[in-house]
Amino acid sequence: MSVPHALLALLSEGPKYGLRLQNEFEARTGEVWPLNVGQVYTTLQRLERDGLVETDDGEGERSRKRYRITPAGDRELADWLRTPPDLVPPPRDELVIKVLVALEVPGTDIHEILQVHRRHVIETMQRYTQVKAAAREDDMALALVADAELFRLEAIVRWLDAAEVRLKQRPPLAPVPVADVPLEPTHPMEVSQ
Amino acid sequence: MTSALQLRQVSKVYGSGPTEVHALRAVDLSVERGELVAIMGPSGSGKSTLLTIAGSLEAATSGQVLVDGVDLAKVSRSDQARMRRRSIGYVFQDFNLLPGLTAVENVTLPLELDGVRAKAARDTGLSALEELDVADNADRYPDELSGGERQRVAIARAIVGERGLLLADEPTGALDSVNGEGVMRLLRAATQRGVAGVVVTHEAQLAYWADRVFFLRDGHVVDQTVAPPGPESLLAAGDRQ
Repeated sequence: MSVPHALLALLSEGPKYGLRLQNEFEARTGEVWPLNVGQVYTTLQRLERDGLVETDDGEGERSRKRYRITPAGDRELADWLRTPPDLVPPPRDELVIKVLVALEVPGTDIHEILQVHRRHVIETMQRYTQVKAAAREDDMALALVADAELFRLEAIVRWLDAAEVRLKQRPPLAPVPVADVPLEPTHPMEVSQ
Repeated sequence: MTSALQLRQVSKVYGSGPTEVHALRAVDLSVERGELVAIMGPSGSGKSTLLTIAGSLEAATSGQVLVDGVDLAKVSRSDQARMRRRSIGYVFQDFNLLPGLTAVENVTLPLELDGVRAKAARDTGLSALEELDVADNADRYPDELSGGERQRVAIARAIVGERGLLLADEPTGALDSVNGEGVMRLLRAATQRGVAGVVVTHEAQLAYWADRVFFLRDGHVVDQTVAPPGPESLLAAGDRQ
């Protein structure tokens, strides 16, 4: 979540004081991202330094300052809204690593491992659903934030389900004679042997 | 308190000898009124069999099925049929509305089959349609309704009258995810008014609307969720971001 751009977006509606920016930020992100007032003022200071926002009067108490977006801020915001986020997944997804490692650990029931994670993800999804169910139906920000999280989690469940099917279909591994065990360590990422 | 639905060591075997298929193996499950339970599992895990046995549409090979405390195996076939009409509602993936009947006629059909007079049945049917916000469409035929409206009518039919047990098989059918969510909200609302609900699905996006999720694999209940700790735990997690 880019706090600077979220603040620029709120200021694009008109000039606002810092405290109001904090309240509106939390309300519009479905209150899923709490933001403390210190973060708000630090970010505003940086935006002001970069010429993206300005204050009515340069001096005085920070809580008495009203911030306004500059034309450069408008351009920055428009650019940011259209810049695709980085969709490349992290190089090491912890869950994928765990499942791959589990395949190599003798005596581990891979289906039990998959189920532990499936249950945990579904329980997290149930909690998001409680949030959605308890919210007002017109709370659009919350519904969108909850949907995004739910779809992300659902993708994990679908991956676990697919892994389960794939693992069921794989041919049984032939027992490796002890003498044939290579002396060098096997690479833990090789699952198709 | 008597559970609305209780399965005790229920097994179901199709065929015999070498072609024997164990669809369910010693399943224990109970569902209370006011609760929505999801049965989640891949194709062939036994979920649809579980639902048809719970709804007395077929008999278990062994074990007990109790609906409102009544053991289905111990009542006559005609009493079973009466229980199906009076106590149990079904929602199917493809809605299963009769095309030659209007929305309200579809909803009241089980009541009329049960001997309720037409006028009284219509009043009861209209109030079920009202609960689902489709009373304005009471006299329309299924082909005059949208997918979402048809599914509301199907849910109204499932909860009409004094039904205490609602059974649903992939109830969001081909609806998009927002309309599918609408259906799950309705099922959840119906159960919160005191009905016991069971949804079987292979999809996480339906299962997570349930209070409890049972995971079925190869006819076994292999796991279940524990009561989630509540939404505030997510807000606490947000502090880390």
